[in-house]
Amino acid sequence: MPIGALVRSHAQHRDDSPILEVQDASVAYDGRLALEGVSFRLDAGERVAVVGPNGAGKSTLFKAIVGVLPPASGQIRVAGHGPGGHICIAYVPQRSHVDWSFPVNVADVVMMGRVGKLGWLRRPRQRDWDHVRHCLDVVCMGSMADRQIGELSGGQQQRMFIARALAQEAALMLMDEPLIGLDIPSQEDIFHILDVLREQRVTVLVAIHDLNLAAERFDRVMLLKTRLLGFGKPHEVFTPQRLQAAYGSQLHLIEGENGLMALSDTCCGGDL
Amino acid sequence: MDGLVEVIVGPLAYPFMVRGLLALVMVGGVCAVVGTYVVLRGMAFFGSALAHAILPGVAVGYLVSGSTRGPIFWWGLATAILTAVGIGAVGKSAKVKEDTAIGILFAGMFALGIAIISTVEGYAGDLAHFLFGNVLGVSAGDLWLAAIFGGLVLLTIVALFKEFLVFSFDPLLAETLRLPTGFLHYLMLILIAVTTVVSLQAVGVALMVALLVTPAATAYLLTRRLPAMMAISALVGAVSGVLGFYISYYVEVASGAAVVLVCTAIFLLTLLFAPRRGLVWERLRR
Repeated sequence: MPIGALVRSHAQHRDDSPILEVQDASVAYDGRLALEGVSFRLDAGERVAVVGPNGAGKSTLFKAIVGVLPPASGQIRVAGHGPGGHICIAYVPQRSHVDWSFPVNVADVVMMGRVGKLGWLRRPRQRDWDHVRHCLDVVCMGSMADRQIGELSGGQQQRMFIARALAQEAALMLMDEPLIGLDIPSQEDIFHILDVLREQRVTVLVAIHDLNLAAERFDRVMLLKTRLLGFGKPHEVFTPQRLQAAYGSQLHLIEGENGLMALSDTCCGGDL
Repeated sequence: MDGLVEVIVGPLAYPFMVRGLLALVMVGGVCAVVGTYVVLRGMAFFGSALAHAILPGVAVGYLVSGSTRGPIFWWGLATAILTAVGIGAVGKSAKVKEDTAIGILFAGMFALGIAIISTVEGYAGDLAHFLFGNVLGVSAGDLWLAAIFGGLVLLTIVALFKEFLVFSFDPLLAETLRLPTGFLHYLMLILIAVTTVVSLQAVGVALMVALLVTPAATAYLLTRRLPAMMAISALVGAVSGVLGFYISYYVEVASGAAVVLVCTAIFLLTLLFAPRRGLVWERLRR
């Protein structure tokens, strides 16, 4: 551990660079290439769905963008710099990967997002708590600051993590299956917050299982199966050939009346 | 009333008894605070292994020290830190599972320690002290060392509170905030190592894990915020130290064992009767 790593200096954003640019990136995970030759770029404020079967490399892509898994080849640039120097990339974990019995309340978790800004040996001050409260208000959870995290519903848990990403002042938000296990009203709450984020020019990348939601509610979709099979408007990407290539027999395609397809991913539905 | 005062003050007539009581309170408190992270991060087995693995270092210190016991602390400290960092590195190589690797290392080191100590004639009594503690043998120097290093451990935990909290709750968030996660990981292991050595003389290697885990587990049942969990854990640890000390004196049982038994009893009572989360409470609510 070099001493330099203890001294924080964070990358400045370059206005002329896209918020995220992935060039021919290949990423290894568990000794095999989980992503091969992936290239794309995102504009600020975009909302993009990442779809693909289990093991398609969605989590690996997110970990590479966050900077935890460096690509074996190719490169990933966030606002013109490598991801390692940024604290503006927020990762919203899958709910099933969180220890909900951990002794913290909602405000504590959201405050964690501020730790990068606070710096060493500083305690949060009143204005930091005010900021946390503001972030909770954005996701309509202002009244739940003192709740134990284990007492929250699924939708509230997800919104708390979005508030944490807001507290982190994220410009790029990566959300791992945020809709899984949520009922329709809770899903709508999340989409409402995503609309607010779009107004704030926050770029959001969402891993999602439901192809219908991906097609209807996102600006662009990314179809992934180790390689990037398609990236663009939903109707351009979700063609029968491409979906067949991604999912094989896991997927049932139904031709709709107006040319649109109703799609259902019959795969096991993640690990929730 | 005078009777009660006599019961409390009576054992304290001798300086070595006072030192013993102070050592137990201090060790109980420090172990309990460090133990909150041991419990939250599921490191009980690591803590137990580490305590056993310092025995060869302690044994070498014992051999070179003759009658003066001073070097034992430093040999133990060096071994503990090396072992902690070693186990941390072992966890990253994937030849065998991490807990298997820890098990191998811990039993091997423990055996080595016993082998070294057994080369000394009439070693059995001293070995028992290393295994189960000898709180009445605590010297003023031991007490100072324990106070200084225990204080350093607590100071580190307070100073890096939010960093350790983030790292323990969500390691990936710690990465995205660009916290030095490797440094925090090893620092945590070293804090546990230092705590282990500080507690060696009071409770011995075999019972150490109880002081790390039991008070923290008790506090875990009583609160849902980390600072409160640390405070309650420290209180349970210190109270167990005091009660264990008196029980050991009046019932004439080994002090380390008495402290651990008090800890365990407090935990069991909490498990049964804790508000909202106790077993009795759950039964009543049904």
